[in-house]
Amino acid sequence: MTVMTYAEAGMTALAEEMRRDPLVWAVGEDLGRGGVFGQYKGLVEEFGPERISDAPISESAIMGASVGAAMAGTRPVVEMRFADFALCAVDELVNQAAKARYMLGGQTKVPMVIREPMGMWRSSAAQHSQSLESWYTHIPGLVVAVPSTPADNKGLLKAAIRADDPVVYFEHKNLWGMEGEVPDGDLLTPFGKARIEREGRDVTIVSWSSQLHTASRAAGMLEKQDISAEVIDLRTLWPWDRDAVFASVEKTGRLLITHESVSVGGFGAEIAATVSEHLFKALKSPVRRRAAPRIPISYAPPLEDVVRVSEAQIVETVLEMVSS
Amino acid sequence: MPGATPRNIDVARYLDHHRMMHRIRAFEEAAAKANEDQLVLGAIHLSIGQEAIASGVCKNLRTDDYLLSTHRGHGHTLAKGADATAMMSELLGREGGICQGKGGSMHIADFGVGMLGANGVVAANINIAAGAAHAIKLKGDDGVACSIFGDGAINRGPFLEGLNWAGVFKLPALFVCESNGFASTTRTEAMTSGEGAAARARALGVPADEVDGNDIVAVDETVRAAVDVIRGGGGPRFIVCKTYRLHGHTASDPAAYRPRAEVDAAWKNDPIARCAAVLREAGIDAAELAAHRDAAATEMNQAYETAKTAPWPDLALAYTDVQDIGDPRERAF
Repeated sequence: MTVMTYAEAGMTALAEEMRRDPLVWAVGEDLGRGGVFGQYKGLVEEFGPERISDAPISESAIMGASVGAAMAGTRPVVEMRFADFALCAVDELVNQAAKARYMLGGQTKVPMVIREPMGMWRSSAAQHSQSLESWYTHIPGLVVAVPSTPADNKGLLKAAIRADDPVVYFEHKNLWGMEGEVPDGDLLTPFGKARIEREGRDVTIVSWSSQLHTASRAAGMLEKQDISAEVIDLRTLWPWDRDAVFASVEKTGRLLITHESVSVGGFGAEIAATVSEHLFKALKSPVRRRAAPRIPISYAPPLEDVVRVSEAQIVETVLEMVSS
Repeated sequence: MPGATPRNIDVARYLDHHRMMHRIRAFEEAAAKANEDQLVLGAIHLSIGQEAIASGVCKNLRTDDYLLSTHRGHGHTLAKGADATAMMSELLGREGGICQGKGGSMHIADFGVGMLGANGVVAANINIAAGAAHAIKLKGDDGVACSIFGDGAINRGPFLEGLNWAGVFKLPALFVCESNGFASTTRTEAMTSGEGAAARARALGVPADEVDGNDIVAVDETVRAAVDVIRGGGGPRFIVCKTYRLHGHTASDPAAYRPRAEVDAAWKNDPIARCAAVLREAGIDAAELAAHRDAAATEMNQAYETAKTAPWPDLALAYTDVQDIGDPRERAF
């Protein structure tokens, strides 16, 4: 075990995979200077500018060229800088990367990782703060990862680089500096296997990415009121660990999903619908969601906080659920 | 007959071109027939009149060189070496289709001959080709990646981004603009500001040539010179091939938005007839050239007959080749 930050864990994962496989390379704006968040710091010195490649501010070309490079036998790791900017390359991701294998009749695979730093992080307003993970779960062909800890940022990124599918990999900007113990060596975290962050009896709280930690703190507050909350970190949204969620809801009879992204059309809706379809009789109270209102993210901190789902709001919702 | 310039040509090479151009023409005519018979259910885009570009480009590519094409890609794919029957079966969505019936006309690909796919999104293949060239460079190979696109594509962002990319990284990429005068059903010139494709390429640092795309000799020689430079490490090259789309945007488009006289005049500039004239001047017998046409028609009619008697694809294929992780078959409810 080594204690390292979430950013260092991602860097370790990439470096280990690049040492293991000469066909792995990374490309994006400013990578030669360590990346905009320092998450590539020092890598160009070890691997050189061809494999830690700078790029013009051309998201469409970064993504599209990586699709071609993946089809032609390499394994690109694509840095999109902000999940918001990746919207400049949606055709390349959704129409090309996600579809090529299927529509070309299985003649190719598109092994690439698309790193998209997501989420609110200081005052960054509506074009540098979004959490758009649910969009990509809707697209056949894509894998969606949302790591919440340094250990998972190593294990999931390494697994993503070795995967033959395009993996949309959301790192949360608020977690870059988070420290945690990370297993040494070849850590490969499987997709679709949730992590039980905290065991409990009375209510299941499902979350991912940075919001998982808010959910966990809320569970600590609930414990003081003798309410035992089980907190599940999904880790990946496609595939998502239905079995782990079902097992927990069968035990607790209550389900709250909380995420930083907008509630409407968010992935919480998919989880709520699936649990309602399959476990309706096990439910002691209606499935609830706590997620962002459907408003753009503001710059001024008090306005920005309107979008955040707080520990107190989660506690309030759970109290409603257990008293109903 | 314009452009039947007497030259010291390699006769065998141009007999190959003549044969290939007739195969493309016959494939498109068989596809048009299939469309009239209502056996092609989706849109198909015919390349009749543009055969010299497909043949001229692909003759200068090796099998292991990469080609990325457009929605109007039948000719390019045939010229790269794909099997006509498998292609026709794909147009009809039948078993035996080159993409298992999952892609249709606009997604024809044959990775076995380096054809990495037609594309349903205008200009999308430019960046993908740049990336395939990037992979060639990273691996230290001596291949070339070629993207063929229409003149409508030069008004999309990937044109700028992909050419700049290829220039910045000095990639082994050949960009061919098949300038047929139309962007869907609108004249390209009406929607294009500035000096056009070649000037834009040059402004992005990619040397550009402009040739008569209906002159097989000009296309072949220009592409050959460009590929030699690219394979020798000289970086990307751009070629604009001027041509004319003799049919509508899709096979079902009567193209009533252009005068009949214009189309009639364009037919007089038929690239196949011009290739035949070059070969006749080189002493080739008219009967031999007619035999190319007849053989192509026989081949493509047979391809159509085979395709239309093939069954629909196995339904299980709907769930295959989506993805390895989170495969939908694990979650089919």
